[in-house]
Amino acid sequence: MNHSEERAQAWRLALREALKAKERSAIPRVRMPELAPDYRSHNKEEVNLGLSVEQATKEAQRCLDCAHPSCMDGCPVGIHIPKFIKQIEKGDYLSAAKTLKATSALPAVCGRVCPQEKQCEARCIHLKMKKEAVAIGYLERFAADYERESGNISLPDIAPSNGTKIAVVGSGPAGLSFAGEMAKRGYRVTVFEALHEIGGVLKYGIPEFRLPNSIVDIEIDNLRAIGVEFINNCIVGKTITIDDLKEDGYKGIFVGSGAGLPRFMNIKGENLVGVMSANEYLTRVNLMDAAADDSDTPVLRGKNVAIIGGGNTAMDSVRTAKRLGAERAMIVYRRSEEEMPARLEEVKHAKEEGIEFMTLRNPVEYRGNESGRVTQMLLQVMVLGEPDRSGRRSPVPLEGKTEWIDVDEVIVSVGVSPNPLVPQSIQGLEVSKWGTVVVHQETMQSAVPMIFAGGDIVRGGATVILAMGDGRKAARAMDEWLCE
Amino acid sequence: MNKIISKEYFSKSVVKFEVEAPLIAKARKAGHFVIVRVGRRGERIPLTIADANPQKGTITLVVQQTGVSSAKLCALNEGDRITDLVGPLGKATHIEYVGTVVCACGGVGTAPMLPIVAALKAAGNSVITVLAARTKQLIILEEQMRLHSDEVVVMTDDGSYGHRGLVTDGIEMLIRRAKIDLCVTIGPAVMMKFVSLLTKQHHIPTIASLNTIMVDGTGMCGACRVSVGGQTKFVCVDGPEFDAHEVDFDEMLMRLGGYRQLEQDAMMKYPIVEHNEGSY
Repeated sequence: MNHSEERAQAWRLALREALKAKERSAIPRVRMPELAPDYRSHNKEEVNLGLSVEQATKEAQRCLDCAHPSCMDGCPVGIHIPKFIKQIEKGDYLSAAKTLKATSALPAVCGRVCPQEKQCEARCIHLKMKKEAVAIGYLERFAADYERESGNISLPDIAPSNGTKIAVVGSGPAGLSFAGEMAKRGYRVTVFEALHEIGGVLKYGIPEFRLPNSIVDIEIDNLRAIGVEFINNCIVGKTITIDDLKEDGYKGIFVGSGAGLPRFMNIKGENLVGVMSANEYLTRVNLMDAAADDSDTPVLRGKNVAIIGGGNTAMDSVRTAKRLGAERAMIVYRRSEEEMPARLEEVKHAKEEGIEFMTLRNPVEYRGNESGRVTQMLLQVMVLGEPDRSGRRSPVPLEGKTEWIDVDEVIVSVGVSPNPLVPQSIQGLEVSKWGTVVVHQETMQSAVPMIFAGGDIVRGGATVILAMGDGRKAARAMDEWLCE
Repeated sequence: MNKIISKEYFSKSVVKFEVEAPLIAKARKAGHFVIVRVGRRGERIPLTIADANPQKGTITLVVQQTGVSSAKLCALNEGDRITDLVGPLGKATHIEYVGTVVCACGGVGTAPMLPIVAALKAAGNSVITVLAARTKQLIILEEQMRLHSDEVVVMTDDGSYGHRGLVTDGIEMLIRRAKIDLCVTIGPAVMMKFVSLLTKQHHIPTIASLNTIMVDGTGMCGACRVSVGGQTKFVCVDGPEFDAHEVDFDEMLMRLGGYRQLEQDAMMKYPIVEHNEGSY
């Protein structure tokens, strides 16, 4: 059924008639219940608590069930947004979850970490009426959580097995989304993961307080239940080669190996002890659980911790530092708060937790003590100049204005580059000067016909949902290519 | 997978494991390393592969007990499984014919040197291996080294075996004797630093295999970064071997000490049992 047929169903009509559009838009947007800042900033419990049934129903009523739902255009995986929201309004939460799963492999994850305010919610009709958008993300999380907590987890419809073997390189959001889509189409999918844990950035990157690992594990178990096989500790290109896979009968390969390589700024003192990448810091704390007493992996716990950068990873790092006991946890960002790429919600949460924001500041040097541990950073004061290519006003140094700040730990979160491990090991791939794998924009097919790619290995550093969108696109295209 | 086929003590705190890892055994080359993790709460630690038997599907690892994680590994026995084992990682050693090569190794650096010695010899080089340790009991793999080397020079700090002196004394002796075209060094960072300083004076190209702190070992974290020729490099993906004369060993030594306090605290909680049965 297409959208207008779905929308014409009796139950949808009845719901629309039950409440006038004016009444719907008069309902204020729900506020996400969350843990109190002074409590949550000392533990790793999830900050957002999720909506109650009453809250979700009320919020679902706000959706006008538009004839032309522009929200759907904003979703990289094309979730049938009005349909699942109306199913919530009707009280049919399990069906709502099923609707989500028809197009998204990881709804409980997306409901937590997608930047909805820049995607679906940014296109909501309410915004045109100067009202707040329907909280699509909260509702997505509600439906996915409801289903999981009910114990009645439904599996998507699976086509009969066609026996064709497909390999996936990397078990992050791109790979998982691709694997789910291919399994639904009847393929025999095996996912190869380099680390000991399945989940990629969802496990090593995003902290527990924003996305609990147990949530990720359940989504992975759902994929297992539809036949996806996972092999950890295996690096395609190193442990096994593409030729090995071909010999083993694999007919298609999807590379979603992510943007592993952290960038540094190449400034004086950056290799001092206590200066590290956000990837290292978050991997220690998230993947290795280094903050727990029984974990063998150590992590430095600074008292004065500076995080360099203004993205979501920077927010995750600074809030982690606070939770690990930092007295001063600071964001150092070279532009102003307005240009920060982090989600507004993350910035808000960080501020509530007592994070300091030192904007229009850029580190230019670090100093250390005799044992090499960082003790101070020199910050250059910046002003905003002309807009650059990204449209953001570019920061320029204010001559002569610098300041030394005491720090004993610095987390550098200024972006990542594609992980070279896989592209370097596969012959024939076209790789851009940024190290990304070059693919056809629509099909995600690489210069080697049997290899498709998506996520950060193609984009260089984007979001979970864009990676998932790539996986979905690649699955459709690979399926067509294999059927030709 | 990852089953320990055999375990042998080289000394009180140095253990040789033969581990079932058929895919790694097939794919690895001299110079490659693996990441291992023991137990579900274990740490990921890098270990250079000392040898492999692709027919048997095994690799050889030589581990020195230095901290909690290596101690947990050394406590495993024949038949146990290593929780996680991934590789081969890093770039393989560049092997070619250059003439006379001195392979200078100390401590457990000897184990990863063995496949390099064998490969250099197979490429037609004249290979002189310098084995160095504090004392006689800590000299390992001498026989295997003799098998692949044209000559083996043993150096002990206390003179209990071979010549008395440091690894650098051994190299100096060789430099005085003949023209050396390449030096390869693996061992503690401070040892490699002094080997590098010596060979630099004599303009002998030198390769050092670095063993830094790593978390993932796949380029993701940057914990392993070192300065090489003024540029930051990642040992895990750009190395582990670099032009020793370009490596900033002082910085590397400083970074290796970054977690020392935390490691010592952890050791207090984890009793290390040294192996004391019989002789070695």
